[in-house]
Amino acid sequence: MSKPVSVDDNSFDQVVLKAERPVVVDLWAPWCQPCKMIAPILDELADEYNGQINFVKVDIDQNPKTAARYGIMSIPTLLIFKDGQPVSQLVGLRPKRELKQNMDAALK
Amino acid sequence: MPQDKTSYDVIITGGGPAGLSAGIYTARARLSTLLIERLAIGGQIATAEQVDNYPGFPDGIGGFELGQLMHQQATKYGLQTVTADVTSIKPAEKDITVNTTADDYTARAVIIAGGSKRQKLGVPGEEEFTGRGVSYCATCDAAFFREKPVAVVGGGDAAITEAIHLTKFASKVTVIHRRNELRATRILQEIAFAQPNMEFSWDSTVEAIEGESFVERLSLNNVRTGEKSTLVVSGVFISIGFQPDTGFLKGVVPMDANGLIITNERMETGIPGIYAAGDIRQNSARQAITAAGDGATAAIYAQKYLTEQA
Repeated sequence: MSKPVSVDDNSFDQVVLKAERPVVVDLWAPWCQPCKMIAPILDELADEYNGQINFVKVDIDQNPKTAARYGIMSIPTLLIFKDGQPVSQLVGLRPKRELKQNMDAALK
Repeated sequence: MPQDKTSYDVIITGGGPAGLSAGIYTARARLSTLLIERLAIGGQIATAEQVDNYPGFPDGIGGFELGQLMHQQATKYGLQTVTADVTSIKPAEKDITVNTTADDYTARAVIIAGGSKRQKLGVPGEEEFTGRGVSYCATCDAAFFREKPVAVVGGGDAAITEAIHLTKFASKVTVIHRRNELRATRILQEIAFAQPNMEFSWDSTVEAIEGESFVERLSLNNVRTGEKSTLVVSGVFISIGFQPDTGFLKGVVPMDANGLIITNERMETGIPGIYAAGDIRQNSARQAITAAGDGATAAIYAQKYLTEQA
């Protein structure tokens, strides 16, 4: 079972931008109900893409710099990074199928 | 993940209180049951921070937690779940076919419990600025708008609750409502009118959401005078209600002009083996508890129907 790991403003560059694989970043906050709803889906996807894509989460309440850096104004937002660059931004609760399409695209 | 099995006694579409309650009943009746959910378990109630009117929880319960508990309960009795979009339902003499984006399934009975989707404004800029100032969840996103002017579109309980929440963060909250009075319940109106940083733009509709990279202003139209105006905001929260998710069911089950499925008191749609429960049906009280009741009713009559068919 592979689960998304927490990263913070300090570890973000190292863990996300310098990763050798694509990284899915889940931007969330404790007060956000749809963030709770999307979490089990991301757990499933972390398992399905284990070894291909890294999954991390950023609590934007504790780490406002990362949210500001990418102009995040709505959560949940998923950012998919490839070679240090955001290649997809998915805002709100989205169907798992759509998340997979974006993840598959990042693997190409 | 697609299930290996594609043939079931009962298929339930929608994983909110209606579908989950139906699943508890059919699974306990030892009917093989598949629940198909489009987004996430719990449905609309899961987005509620706190639910205070569901019996059995005197201190209230989080909507997400309530949905998870219902799902655990149904799963314990053998309910299977798949995440997919239902694309069509085809009734037939014997088995009903349910086509989805994951797989095609068949069942002897189907309970449609797909609830409703958030209504969008459908104006220029709405899609483009989603996540860049356009939001559908004030509790999620209020913190991004500290000391900034925002607008709320709508006049019902949900809209006014969101507006009140936003006054704690935003410099100013303008409620834009197409009528000249609120539909929200009196106590919410009293709280809203007492907020020093809340204003109202009556008889108004949003024509466009504009800005460069982020929302900067709204174009408003006064529906009474036809006068156009501009409102400078950094964010706009849209809360204008819900619409049933039944477009793909046209011609399959009877619906009213609003797209709500017509049922009798047994949740029967008139099409043998097909039932509807919860917010998706006409005259629903649109509460978690009534949806759960609908789901149980549908499950009991589906079970009866299957016994009679056997």
